[in-house]
Amino acid sequence: MTSSEAVYATSLSPSFSQRLFAKLGPILGVGCVLWIISAIAIDLSDNKIPFEFWVAMFTWFFASAFYAVLHQKAVTYVSKRLVEALVTLWVIASLTFLLLRFLPGGPFDQEKTLPPEIKANIEKKYGLNDPISTQYVSYITNLVHGDLGESYKYIGRNVTDIIKDSFPVSFQLGFYSLLLAFLIGIPLGIFAAGKHNTFWDSSAMVLAISGVALPSFVFGPLLVLIFCFGVPFHALKGTLPPALWDGPIYYILPVITLGIRPAAIIARLMRSSVLEVIHADFVRTARAKGLAKRVVMYKHVLKNSLLPVITISGPLCAGVLSGSFVNEIIFAVPGMGKHLVQSVTNRDYPLVLGLTLVYAVLLVLANLVVDLLYVVVDPRIQL
Amino acid sequence: MSANEKASQSLLKDSLKRLKKNRGSVYSLYFIIAISLVAIFANYLAPYSFETQNIDRILMGPNAQNWFGTDNLGRDLFSRVIYGARMSMAVGIFTAIISLIIGGLYGAISGWVGGWVDSVMMRIIDILFAIPSLVLLILVMVVFNSVNLFEQPELKALTGIFLALSVVGWVGLARLVRGQVLQTKQLLFIEGARAMGAGNWAILFRHVLPNILGPIIVMLTFQIPSNILFESFLSFIGLGLQPPYSSWGILANDGWRAKSYPHMIIFPGLAIFLTMLAFNLLGDGLRDAFDPKMKNRS
Repeated sequence: MTSSEAVYATSLSPSFSQRLFAKLGPILGVGCVLWIISAIAIDLSDNKIPFEFWVAMFTWFFASAFYAVLHQKAVTYVSKRLVEALVTLWVIASLTFLLLRFLPGGPFDQEKTLPPEIKANIEKKYGLNDPISTQYVSYITNLVHGDLGESYKYIGRNVTDIIKDSFPVSFQLGFYSLLLAFLIGIPLGIFAAGKHNTFWDSSAMVLAISGVALPSFVFGPLLVLIFCFGVPFHALKGTLPPALWDGPIYYILPVITLGIRPAAIIARLMRSSVLEVIHADFVRTARAKGLAKRVVMYKHVLKNSLLPVITISGPLCAGVLSGSFVNEIIFAVPGMGKHLVQSVTNRDYPLVLGLTLVYAVLLVLANLVVDLLYVVVDPRIQL
Repeated sequence: MSANEKASQSLLKDSLKRLKKNRGSVYSLYFIIAISLVAIFANYLAPYSFETQNIDRILMGPNAQNWFGTDNLGRDLFSRVIYGARMSMAVGIFTAIISLIIGGLYGAISGWVGGWVDSVMMRIIDILFAIPSLVLLILVMVVFNSVNLFEQPELKALTGIFLALSVVGWVGLARLVRGQVLQTKQLLFIEGARAMGAGNWAILFRHVLPNILGPIIVMLTFQIPSNILFESFLSFIGLGLQPPYSSWGILANDGWRAKSYPHMIIFPGLAIFLTMLAFNLLGDGLRDAFDPKMKNRS
């Protein structure tokens, strides 16, 4: 009996636990949506979301993702990917550590006024005089225990605390930007494909390629010029705050700046994907069966043309992560990107290491989730 | 073998013919050539030097003497944009070529040798992919900023960026080349060449390379604007080129700091925007030209 037959056989006569397992899916899925909605609601009502909320939300998300994959009987695949992710993170942690230690000059070199004895004392306190192997072992041991160490520059502050403060801000920025990107990009792509080879199609695509070509560090300042300094239209002066992150109205400019590029990329991808699917045989069959145009569009074309968009969301997350650096600097958003740039110039080793790891974890998880999602939505993929 | 050469030649010719039909791509190509010429002959074209200050003419809008206006130190913005083109284009094109050499060799070896070598090499690529490129760039940048290979101050300023972008940029190309090599190496004419006694390198360069050139050229066309963008990112953050040197990222940063003087962000912004647009349009056109299946579809 082949494996596909085995799956088929079990699905014909589900046991109690299997039925329970099957019921869990909708609950987890609805839960995910509820988490997101409540997060947005709390956020937009000017309340600060507690860190525990984030942790709980993410735990729920990952539980759902893994459930979904388990449902596809892909346990080995998931565990393999998880182990891979852990190894990747370990390599990144070690690589960053070594890279920083090989930098010429130490973290306490800038302060010229520091007497040599005091400098020696400080370096002793942080263990900077130990051999690199000793430093490495203690660093990894602490890391495994979840201790990222104490910042060199923000005396007395733990790196974990700094990340706890700045991560939610960066996450909000990235999340809203991606949300905006999907909300603009997918309809725009479908619209352009629907009006294929017309004036509307080409204008939408000109818009999209302009969005790809316009860098955020030009677009952001231009938006600030228009909406804060009222440059061409004086009436718009001061409509939106130019910087900081104090409430929903502050989100608008940074989110648009960060979201426009992924939106354009999604729109272009969505258009070509819809055009591809429209010419597929199964769509012709559906039409030939006499199904309504609307039904063919929603049930056959859209669902299938969303697949490439899911694939690209991993790289898009990476793009948004990178984009947020410049964005956080332009709009004075107190997120992780600003900290990273500062900590690199400050030689604040623990902070650099901590932030790099957080970024790596985010990217690894994003890619993992995208891969898993791909398996879930496209049953044709064999593992 | 001669038949194969003929086929690959006509493929290239066909692609060029298709590219010529795409007006957007052709104009983009002209624009890129023009910008490259401007970059090469910057010192003849620019009316002033990039660092000449004129304290009497600070933050002036566009006028007859300074076409793009002046910045907060009284430097001519038109000249700075032109010199910026030199830095940005040099960084974009040269780093893309270096990335291509590193990534191409890496990918070719990985795909050609296969087996455990391939899996090890691809694992390394996977790991590099998992670090957000800007984070990696920033880290590598700080390391290479302390390397001084050249005496000339302009080259000195560029070494860090060159090295960092090359170290970071090859990863995507390596993946692409490996995939293409893997595909091509199973084709029959490779087997034929091997049967006729051709060596590994001969097969790679004479038979595999011409057949995978299309996707590589396309990727290179997209790599250049992305490198220009990364350079601008770094310079904008303050980790890349340092003033008084001029690159589009530095100019954008100046423009952003100048806040309510729109000419300072608009002109450098326009230069970056048009260049990015041209490369992207050209890349799209090339992709369609090399892969006519895509062209018919959309």
